[in-house]
Amino acid sequence: MAAVQATDIVKQFEGVAAVNGISLAIPDGEFMVLLGPSGCGKTTFLRIICGLEKQTGGDIVIGGNVVNELPPRARGVAMMFQSYGLYPHYTVRKNIGFPLRTQRVASAEIKKKVGWAAELLGITHLLDRRPRQLSGGERQRVALARALVREPTVLLLDEPLSNLDAKLRASARNEIKAFQQRVGTTTIYVTHDQVEAMGMGDRIAVIDHGQIRQVGTPTAIYDDPADRFVATFVGTPPMNLVNWNGGHLGFRPENFLPKEMVESGDVTDFSFRVDRSEYLGSERIVYGTLEGLESATEITAKLPPAHVAFENIRPGEYHPYAVRNATLCYFDKDGKRANRH
Amino acid sequence: MVAIAEKFVRPRSRFGSILDRPKILGPLFVSPAILYVLALVGAPFCLALYYSVSAYTIYSQSYKFVGLANFVQIFGSDIFRTTLVNTFIFTFGSQILGLVLGKFGALLLLKPFPGRKIVRALIVLPWAVPVALATVAWEWMFDSLYSVINWTFIALGVIDRSDAPNWLGNPHLAMLCVMVVNAWRFFPFAIVIFLAGITAVPQDVIDAATVDGAGFWRRNYQIIVPIIAPIVVVGLIFGTVFTFTDLSIVYLLTNGGPVNATSVLGFEGFQVGIVSGDVAHGAAISLVMLPVLFVLVVVMLRFIRRREI
Amino acid sequence: MPRPLANALSQVGFYSAVAFFVILAAFPFYWMAITAFKTNADLYDISNIPFWFNDPPTLEHIEYLFTQTLFARWLLNSAIIGVCVVGITLVTALPAAYSLARMTGRSGEALGIGIFLTYLVPPTLLFLPLSRVITMLGMQDSLWALVLVYPTFTIPFCTWLLMGFFKAIPREIEEAAIVDGCSVFSAFIKMVIPLSVPAILTVVIFTFTLTLQEFVYALTFISSSSQKTITLGVATDLVRGDIYFWGELMAGALIAAVPVAIAYNLFLDRFIAGITGGAVK
Repeated sequence: MAAVQATDIVKQFEGVAAVNGISLAIPDGEFMVLLGPSGCGKTTFLRIICGLEKQTGGDIVIGGNVVNELPPRARGVAMMFQSYGLYPHYTVRKNIGFPLRTQRVASAEIKKKVGWAAELLGITHLLDRRPRQLSGGERQRVALARALVREPTVLLLDEPLSNLDAKLRASARNEIKAFQQRVGTTTIYVTHDQVEAMGMGDRIAVIDHGQIRQVGTPTAIYDDPADRFVATFVGTPPMNLVNWNGGHLGFRPENFLPKEMVESGDVTDFSFRVDRSEYLGSERIVYGTLEGLESATEITAKLPPAHVAFENIRPGEYHPYAVRNATLCYFDKDGKRANRH
Repeated sequence: MVAIAEKFVRPRSRFGSILDRPKILGPLFVSPAILYVLALVGAPFCLALYYSVSAYTIYSQSYKFVGLANFVQIFGSDIFRTTLVNTFIFTFGSQILGLVLGKFGALLLLKPFPGRKIVRALIVLPWAVPVALATVAWEWMFDSLYSVINWTFIALGVIDRSDAPNWLGNPHLAMLCVMVVNAWRFFPFAIVIFLAGITAVPQDVIDAATVDGAGFWRRNYQIIVPIIAPIVVVGLIFGTVFTFTDLSIVYLLTNGGPVNATSVLGFEGFQVGIVSGDVAHGAAISLVMLPVLFVLVVVMLRFIRRREI
Repeated sequence: MPRPLANALSQVGFYSAVAFFVILAAFPFYWMAITAFKTNADLYDISNIPFWFNDPPTLEHIEYLFTQTLFARWLLNSAIIGVCVVGITLVTALPAAYSLARMTGRSGEALGIGIFLTYLVPPTLLFLPLSRVITMLGMQDSLWALVLVYPTFTIPFCTWLLMGFFKAIPREIEEAAIVDGCSVFSAFIKMVIPLSVPAILTVVIFTFTLTLQEFVYALTFISSSSQKTITLGVATDLVRGDIYFWGELMAGALIAAVPVAIAYNLFLDRFIAGITGGAVK
């Protein structure tokens, strides 16, 4: 196990910078999530850490050693790929044992470790099958077992859940997280899914256009976004933004509530014209417009559905809404956060 | 660096670092093939170019430069001009015949029917077996005395034994024969290429066009043809190049005769350059094929490009 | 016209068209086969109906081939040439195709097309200079000349064919192997090669059949009977003076053609995919 440190990593493909100066320190044992839209450079950054891509500039340090010049196999990292990259011509047993065989581990030892990893992930009964005979969830477990079997210094996961259906994804998320907490391996997890990021990460690095926009705990990312990109990328529906003194004023839909639901005190009032409302079972999303600002702005509000006040929301009606000032975020004209909590 | 090497890396061979680097390994991997082709295609090709402007024969191995004299001489020769015309007649005649047969054959084999696999296997035979061996079988079928074709016509009462055609002895019939044999060899290839092209058209594209109100002709010429064209053209250019430059059918069936009636460029190049040993003129005759090949290759490249877009 | 009748007629029309094509394609081979087993007396009697056996079938032509001619030697020569050319082709085309498919990016793509185009350079353009080259190397009139020259068309074709197959292998498999402790080279050996066994088999079959089918270079470089390939030997050496021995000729052609025809048919679809540049998925 080891800490990972990246300094000023740049990667250019034919003159285009896919990664444009990322610096990130990941302490030993942390579960770090790299979150960003597709094409933002997060996967490229992961591949640079493991050595599948060579960076154009910058240093990667794993466990206190600069590994820039080392091939992937010499970095002691394990990686789990989006479609798992299982070896189709090997059985599950040989798949899991492969990283040990390349390191010339004695065969008795390989047998013991494969058994250990298979048991850990509950795939002992699958050991003699081939990858194409497995379901998606089983393949994912085999891939995880293969990544863990040699007890890597760092575990790298590249969108490992994107090939699973929604139901399986939730349970696999729990499993990976619980698993990582048990073995304590430093883990870097790439995803574009904010639910995965929020639910699993000790910390999240939000990446866009090859640069880190913010690094922080899920709470910090959500409640205290560093800029407009982070504010709108994380959260469904995204944070509301209204024009304000040349910049923007932002507030989360669940903080934008009917005035009577907000305890009085330090609040900002709005007049909210309701256009449409959606009942989603656990919540109610209300779409509408704020008027009386510099320009009319479309806004969403997220309300607990059972509250009596919402049964009589009608399109076209104006309602008094309010936001507690403590939850307001100000962004300057460049999108940078102007106030920090 | 050293520390981590000791910590993580098992002992590596001296070549370890080369085997890890795609940037070095890539050129290393591709170079044997490139060198082989350069040495035995590229260099001989240049040598052929040079022979064609030299006075080289196997008897007098002189590399003296004679300019375009060889070309002037061959174009002045009646035999060569006949050969040139023959080559085009042979190529176009047999390609068109082969294409027509190929197109109809492909239509027949498009839909499944009992025994289709066996039928396809049989139809592919002319293209699969070595052309020289098949040509010998045709020679036997065209035999002046024991021709099974003539026997059949006589038995059917179409012709009389006294005026049975001498297939390979008559200049016009001989040309027809080499064309038929070449078309016969080529049409299975055309069938398979057409089939490959047609099956490459996704059914949902056809369905979408039908739903959008495209009629039969519009579907055919605005949807299907543009999709299969790259495949079919690439395949057919292959056939044309191999026909245009071939010598084996002519060599075995008629030996260019009677009286040069079926002589083609490849055959003439062989006769002059190898049999008579006049390498310079032989090379010049072969090189006359080059402009045609060049045009065909350019057309083909355009279609390969189009496919990749 | 009532429907069932119309249907029946179109069925008849369809099957007659199929029959026409089958007869057109296969009759010369039927003719080859029946000639090979007929007695000479049967063959050269024009009053006999030629389409079947008028005398009982005989093995005398085949026996003659193996005892009185160099037929067995030609078979051996062709086998030697085939095996050597397959070896040379695999050793050069496998790494080349992998390099062009995976390691050289856009320039590899262009280089791949370039190599493929050399497949189109015809033997009739190259046989003159190549025969000089072979004389210089002292390989004239030897089957080793063909071993040297045949890879000039098998390497381009097989490189192109293999490129398509390699591109279809998911990159993640090699990358997983590289992270799991392989070098780029050993990932190629341990992952790509085993996964390409069907492709390699195709290449082996086609290289072999291409060498059997080749005629022009064999004709140009080889004149001694003992060095001839099966194709060249049957086509040029079974003629004594101006007399053709059709029974032996057809027997020889048949024996050489049957394995090639079977191999070709088994791998036809892959061959087409190769020639149309992998456009057919």
